[in-house]
Amino acid sequence: MLVVIDYNVGNVKSVCNAFRHIGCEAKLSCSPEDIKNAAGLVLPGVAAFGYAISALGPLAGLIKKLALAGKPLLGICVGYQMLFDQSVEYGSHKGLGLISGNVVPIPDTQVIPHMGWNLVKFPRDMDLFADLPKEKHFYFAHSFYADVADPGAKIAYTDYGFQLPASVQKDTIYGTQFHPEKSGNAGLKVLENFSKICKRKAT
Amino acid sequence: MLTKRIIPCLDVKDGRVVKGVNFVNLRDAGDPVELGKRYSDEGADELVFLDITATIRSRKTIVELVEKVAENVFIPFTVGGGISSVDQIDELLRSGAEKVSLNTAAVQNPNLLTEAAQRFGNQCVVLAIDARRCKERKGHWQVTVKAGSEPTGLDVVEWAVKAEKLGAGEILLTSMDADGTKAGYDNELNKAVSDAVNIPVIASGGAGELEHLYDAIVKGGADAVLMASITHFENYTITQMKEYLASRGIPMNL
Repeated sequence: MLVVIDYNVGNVKSVCNAFRHIGCEAKLSCSPEDIKNAAGLVLPGVAAFGYAISALGPLAGLIKKLALAGKPLLGICVGYQMLFDQSVEYGSHKGLGLISGNVVPIPDTQVIPHMGWNLVKFPRDMDLFADLPKEKHFYFAHSFYADVADPGAKIAYTDYGFQLPASVQKDTIYGTQFHPEKSGNAGLKVLENFSKICKRKAT
Repeated sequence: MLTKRIIPCLDVKDGRVVKGVNFVNLRDAGDPVELGKRYSDEGADELVFLDITATIRSRKTIVELVEKVAENVFIPFTVGGGISSVDQIDELLRSGAEKVSLNTAAVQNPNLLTEAAQRFGNQCVVLAIDARRCKERKGHWQVTVKAGSEPTGLDVVEWAVKAEKLGAGEILLTSMDADGTKAGYDNELNKAVSDAVNIPVIASGGAGELEHLYDAIVKGGADAVLMASITHFENYTITQMKEYLASRGIPMNL
């Protein structure tokens, strides 16, 4: 079973609805016991970075430990941004430090927030995009982005006047800046791929 | 590059989708959850649900509707109609809506836009404007509230500019003159507003032919086109609209 981490940020229910729709059991929980026993973890997030990381509290350390030990982890939007070292959204905040890089503002030469459907091009070897064509549109809504500095990370980009990292994979740590739970069938496919990764890992 | 968006709009009254002409003569157009799901399956980029009853009694019904839609529809959707406080916005976003649209309440209390943007981010604050052409002042439109029943004296372009500064992340611009007529969007209005603001403008009111959608984007400068009659009564499918626009060089999510 997957656990969607419930830490009092906006709209975590949509992620659970999407997993339920594809026939995957996902429990919304903040219990350390559930988190330890999960086949995979999903860290959603609709909030400002600083608020989200402090709302996560002591769970941050547990999630980090489990992810480093190989439990598949999927971060979405701010949940994805929290995988990195730090963010400068309203002050400076430390992230989980699972993937090297910093979360910085989208250059103000572009319209902010980056909101709507944008085309993501994936390298062939990213597990989240298995069985999808080599590029697809996904739904974005964000004002900051992760400037990825990790040589061990695979990156899928989207074009927003510059190459904006849209999804990252490092070992079994995954993240999407876009919202797969709001990206129609392509998004549901990404969530299904993540659930398959977790199942394979658990057996 | 972001794609241009096709947004079917579902006006909901007493739990059913309805559609009228110039805001009156409502016809039944189906069940909101079923219709929303159908549009999402057909490839709509977003949906808008407007509660046009918007009484205290209907408040609970709209929250339940949002929950049901969120269980069945996996694209972003906006909900509007009678929203007047940050707590109501919080409840609707938690129930699964991506954005809320504010209309009358934002005119009465412009600070609501700021409060909402500060708490939830401006990406989820849509300002809806119902615009009526001024007979006496050419090239001007007046903001109208309470479902189009009450003129305010506010100039549409000035209000849009002010709302962006206050925290609106998007403008849903409905031409009351064109609404439901299927005679085309008011692109003079769309152009006046989209030139004046930096946030996306959703053109609404008047879609009847595929070319109208193209004109709203190219002549009106709209980032998204909203429609009701032509999808509800099955004149065109979402796929037909998107293929048509893509064939004319507009970036679409196909």
